[in-house]
Amino acid sequence: MSIAHTQPLTMTPPEMLRDVHFDGEMEKKISALLRRYPTKQAALLPVLWLCQERWGWLPASVLQAVAKRLELSPAFVEGVTTFYTMYNTQPTGKYLVQVCTTLSCQLCGASGLTAHLKERLGIDSGETTPDGRFTLLGVQCLGACGEGPVVQINNDYYTNVTVEMLDQILDELPE
Amino acid sequence: MEPILLRAEHETNSKALTTSLKLGGYSALKKALIMNPEDIREEVKKSGLRGRGGAGFPTGVKWGFVPQDLPKPKYLICNADESEPGTFKDRKLIHTDPHMLIEGIIISSYAINAHTAYIYIRGEFYEEVQILEQAIAEAYKKHYLGKNILKTGYDLDVYVHRGAGAYICGEETALMESIEGKRGQPRLKPPFPAVVGLFGCPTVINNVETLACVPHIIERGADWFASIGRPRNTGPKLFCVSGHVNRPGVYELPLSVTYREIIEKHCGGVRDGKKLKGFIPGGSSAPVLPASAIDIKADFDSVAEAGSMFGSGALIVLDETTDMVWLLENLLTFYTHESCGQCTPCREGGNWALEIVRRIRRGYGRPEDLETLERISQFASRGMTLCPLGDAFCGPITGVLTHFRGEFEQAIAKAKPLPKKKLPALPVRSGRGTFGM
Ligand SMILES: Cc1cc2nc3c(=O)[nH]c(=O)nc-3n(C[C@H](O)[C@H](O)[C@H](O)COP(=O)(O)O)c2cc1C
Ligand code: SF4
Ligand code: FES
Repeated sequence: MSIAHTQPLTMTPPEMLRDVHFDGEMEKKISALLRRYPTKQAALLPVLWLCQERWGWLPASVLQAVAKRLELSPAFVEGVTTFYTMYNTQPTGKYLVQVCTTLSCQLCGASGLTAHLKERLGIDSGETTPDGRFTLLGVQCLGACGEGPVVQINNDYYTNVTVEMLDQILDELPE
Repeated sequence: MEPILLRAEHETNSKALTTSLKLGGYSALKKALIMNPEDIREEVKKSGLRGRGGAGFPTGVKWGFVPQDLPKPKYLICNADESEPGTFKDRKLIHTDPHMLIEGIIISSYAINAHTAYIYIRGEFYEEVQILEQAIAEAYKKHYLGKNILKTGYDLDVYVHRGAGAYICGEETALMESIEGKRGQPRLKPPFPAVVGLFGCPTVINNVETLACVPHIIERGADWFASIGRPRNTGPKLFCVSGHVNRPGVYELPLSVTYREIIEKHCGGVRDGKKLKGFIPGGSSAPVLPASAIDIKADFDSVAEAGSMFGSGALIVLDETTDMVWLLENLLTFYTHESCGQCTPCREGGNWALEIVRRIRRGYGRPEDLETLERISQFASRGMTLCPLGDAFCGPITGVLTHFRGEFEQAIAKAKPLPKKKLPALPVRSGRGTFGM
């Protein structure tokens, strides 16, 4: 039985993001978000999410387009973006493998998972494999401590993870 | 106790509106919307409900702080940031019964005369965002949300606002900054959010579990709610148990059961037949307690008396093999990583403490280290910082040094003298805002 249920991320190459414009569909979504808040600025986090979903990551050109659209300064937008750990200002691999490094998961053996991943992928935490398939990241508590060790791959949680499961998941993930 | 907050736990398709309705969902809403908002606030006050997000502040009292005569909109925020290590009950509640939460949000918003509510949810909870969006859409369709709810003339919109990775955004004022589109850095208080909160307007912020209790109080009455638990510590509670137990998970039990009952009866005891060494009773910022404290009651007042904190009700169980120096290093790593960086005692003190503990673990401890750690935990807590994250990293230090000091002294007694050559650099933390760690 297969256990992997995650779709790959697509990173738009930097050369295609030199000049960023919001097309009609993006514009529609942004307008809908703006209706939720009394200020334009409040739509910043959701608009950044929208952009990250669309282009895979958030280069400076995207941040500038967001700043312009929400009438904020690019420096302010960059300051906010880099405060939060989930906005990626660098491209990641197709699969962002995040292992919880906090107490409850560690008590249940999460450090073995990290060691295994480092060896299998040949990379350290924060690095991406040369083929661009995996990025490995040690992260803080994911809020599922009763089912530790917890690994999040892209948007999906995998719980009670063992080394064997992890190998199976990595083997099964689509191209 | 009959399940209350988790009554839908074993239903197939428990998230659906039809299931919720079958189990009595939204009947409290119908009752509430013909009540006077002030009477709802009174009822919640009388129930003794205390906030389930960490601080245990009486919910009805908090609602009473909202000035009703100010010509400004009022907001309700549901705090679903759930980031305190060891805590995973809000996620469970959202998975089990999202409509119970939404019903609680509507009644609570009505009680404070708010017409907009935001659910702030941590960025990692992508699946839970989808669950909530779906449930909200269903509620709009049924006219539980939107304009003229159930033809009573009351309007309410509910929006989900997704965070993006920052523990500190669970702190109420940092959370408001984050909704406003800023870095999640706590504000100076006062003014308190009830008066100057989101977008400068009066705001009530409550935890997911707190809000989920509200429909039951309205449906079955304050006296019924107060009959669960004991005075000042009333109601059902979701206990999150993790670590070295046989059956970790979320357990709904009355407040004031003993830790022995939770660990031995409900969780099947310590894993692998090992002995209990200690436990953290209220999320990782609560000072650890030794095994001898197992017979205290699991509630706000008993845990405070025992010198710790009941917090979010997250219980982390530690067996005899747990290395307390390692544990402290792990928790300090978390808190320094999550410091927002505004206050020197928290930003620098946390890092300083972490470096000392790392040094002790590498076998280079010094006799004066423990005193230094204590000094750090004095000056970074008790109101010396803008928000309680200062206290949060001091809690673990105080706990281990009170109950497991011997382990640190032993490590220091066995320490090697510092080498002449500089030690290899410690891995640098990635404070807020760098990629990787
Ligand atoms: C550093 C820090 C993190 C917090 N994280 C959370 C959280 O994740 N969820 C939560 O409900 N409350 C959290 N709180 C508590 C909130 O500030 C606030 O007290 C709570 O949401 C109020 O709701 P309640 O009265 O219903 O408990 C945190 C507080 C601090 C200081
Ligand atoms: S105590 Fe820490 S987290 Fe809280 S405001 Fe100060 S620096 Fe930020
Ligand atoms: S400690 Fe890993 S999910 Fe909480």
